[in-house]
Amino acid sequence: MTPILGTLLATSFVASLVALGILVWAVANKLIFVGKAEASTIFMEGELGHPDDSSSFGKQNEDESHHFDVLRAGIDRAGKGPVLVLITAGILWLLIGSTFGVIASLKLHWPDWLADVAQITFGRARTLHLNIVAYGWLSVTGIGVALWLLPRIFHTPLRRPNMAYLGAFLWTLGVLGGTIAVANGWSDGIEWLEFPWQIDLVLALGGFFLAWPAIETAARRKSRHIYVSGWYFLAGMVWFPFLFLVANIPGLHVGAQQATVNWWFAHNVLGLWLTPMGVGMAYYIIPKIIGKPVYSYNVSLLGFWSLALFYSQVGIHHLMGGPIPTWAVTLSVVHSIMMFVPVIAVAINQHVTVATNMWAFKQSMSLRFVWIGALMYTLSSFQGSIEAIRSVNSITHFTHYTVGHAHLGAYGFVSLVLFGTLYYMMPHIVGRRWPYPKLVQTHFWLVVVGFTIYFVSLTIAGVLQGMGLMDPGSSFAEITRSMIPYLEGRSIGGTLMTLGHFVFAAHFALLLLKKESSTNSVDTFAPVKAS
Amino acid sequence: MNKLLPLLIGAIGVLLLATLMLVILPAWQLRTSQPPAQLQPYTEQQLFGRQQYVANGCIYCHSQQPRSTGQTLFDGARGWGRASTPGDYFYDTPHLLGTMRTGPDLLNVGARLKSRDWHLTHLYQPRAIFDWSIMPSYPYMFDVKDEAAQDDVVVRLPAQFQPPGGRVVVARKEALDLVEYLLSLDRTYPASHEELQKRDRGYDHRPETAADGHAG
Repeated sequence: MTPILGTLLATSFVASLVALGILVWAVANKLIFVGKAEASTIFMEGELGHPDDSSSFGKQNEDESHHFDVLRAGIDRAGKGPVLVLITAGILWLLIGSTFGVIASLKLHWPDWLADVAQITFGRARTLHLNIVAYGWLSVTGIGVALWLLPRIFHTPLRRPNMAYLGAFLWTLGVLGGTIAVANGWSDGIEWLEFPWQIDLVLALGGFFLAWPAIETAARRKSRHIYVSGWYFLAGMVWFPFLFLVANIPGLHVGAQQATVNWWFAHNVLGLWLTPMGVGMAYYIIPKIIGKPVYSYNVSLLGFWSLALFYSQVGIHHLMGGPIPTWAVTLSVVHSIMMFVPVIAVAINQHVTVATNMWAFKQSMSLRFVWIGALMYTLSSFQGSIEAIRSVNSITHFTHYTVGHAHLGAYGFVSLVLFGTLYYMMPHIVGRRWPYPKLVQTHFWLVVVGFTIYFVSLTIAGVLQGMGLMDPGSSFAEITRSMIPYLEGRSIGGTLMTLGHFVFAAHFALLLLKKESSTNSVDTFAPVKAS
Repeated sequence: MNKLLPLLIGAIGVLLLATLMLVILPAWQLRTSQPPAQLQPYTEQQLFGRQQYVANGCIYCHSQQPRSTGQTLFDGARGWGRASTPGDYFYDTPHLLGTMRTGPDLLNVGARLKSRDWHLTHLYQPRAIFDWSIMPSYPYMFDVKDEAAQDDVVVRLPAQFQPPGGRVVVARKEALDLVEYLLSLDRTYPASHEELQKRDRGYDHRPETAADGHAG
């Protein structure tokens, strides 16, 4: 059987390479044409060359962006309601989710703190943190952004906004139900899949009603070309339901085999759901703010398909050294290394675009969030590829290092991109600028400083812990004692990040509640007129 | 990339390939495992205890997959047992392999810590046994009573951890079930050659000798 599996393994790898080779050849020979013109479809006539970020470029830029936005405002309007509901819900989940994160972190060095409240014992608070930020904050806000962004790149209003309302309601209900269930000890017990499958049905139904409007809008698009952000969002919207349904079928998966399904799912939630959303947003926001198309658009095609081919097969590296076949682990190690391809492709596009326009980075807080997020994507992916090498994994596996890495991806990358995107899009949606620009800076520095402390603490802790777990002469007592200062550091960093989130949420509430003032308004709701 | 349908079909096609490689093929290979002769199915009480293990999230600090000596000698030095094989998990749903070792590996905890009293004390207050432990205490799995009833299991505690006023700590069903599950965790029987072939042997220096997996 081993030779058969070995052959299959090699076949999968070679097939991926051949597919990419054909793609490169097709692009090089202009069989598939993706060039500057396609990259510029996100701009309306006359818009190219004008930086756009109402909260940062101030008055001198306002008249221009104001003028160009009139047409687009007609497109934004149809989806305004559901998008605002989704984003508000997402931000509430962010507050709840990060509070659970801080509780879990504190409990690791204050083990008797609130120990008699079963609902927030470490094992539950940690689980609630993960599920709420993944399925609440990141997914809900991400879908909200997608439902705003897709109509814009398709040049047509969102279809079936009422269905999106229903979807938002059901999804929120699902996350709430899952939260209550897990807090009270009702859990499926599988990492990333703890919400009971009965409650997952509600989430799945909600997801269906959220994906439908997006797909229907895509099918009725007015633009000939599908901009790269659209590839990522639409693919994510078919990938995630597939993953979620297959992984949740009750009774199908058992024992060691269930572990492979577990990590096929859990790593693909990052790779084929959160990553496409983050990358897709950055691909839209970066050129929009700068006012110039991305650096090398045809490389983005390579980046997309190589992400799909390689990222989808990396999950088993979580089981390295475990009771599952060597070939499956090796397959995931190989694909993890291949992840350098899509990551570099995205890096070329996004980083070069910003690096050649540093003036915009200095002025726009929104771009600052998004680009730092995009840089963290590059870093966390490189780190992930390195971690999948066996000799490195021997040390980092089973340690806090992995937790640090997960946060570099889900927080440093996806959450920062989301923050920046929301700072850019909200003034367009509500027709007002952010009322207190200073609060944006406060938010920025709290999360950047907080996250740096968080990440550095866990990385050092993880290496020390991993070295200890490799040394037969060390003891568990020694390892645990040496962890304490770093776990405390993590709590400090996490608390700063959470404070930043409260500042952000308060600012968001002020923006929503504030009465329109004539001097400060961006008139995005003027009637649509042809340009 | 101007067409919607090819994009979506391509995306699903790629994911199907990944599903074939990471889910279907491993399932085809692993599902052939038989339970090792010495491995007993869980009793009803052990299964209740396993539910407590799941409900309280023990998995987030305790793995259940000792590593091979080819990878590290630490696991063997701690007495955590030989590297596990797929058959060892035959009766495990959901799987509880875990990915974190804030605490020790527990796959063979029943073989190395056989005392129910030790586990009850440790669950009620880990620091009554190890002053350096950062494991949560689980007071909600215990009752504090003025006097123990006849069939109550009283938790033995050092003086400074006893409740004031001569009251006693007794284990609730949750704690007793959980300890019953922990005591059942014992996969120290030898693993067959076929089973060892099904685990990740990428760290073993000489894969042709099965000895690597037996040691520890």
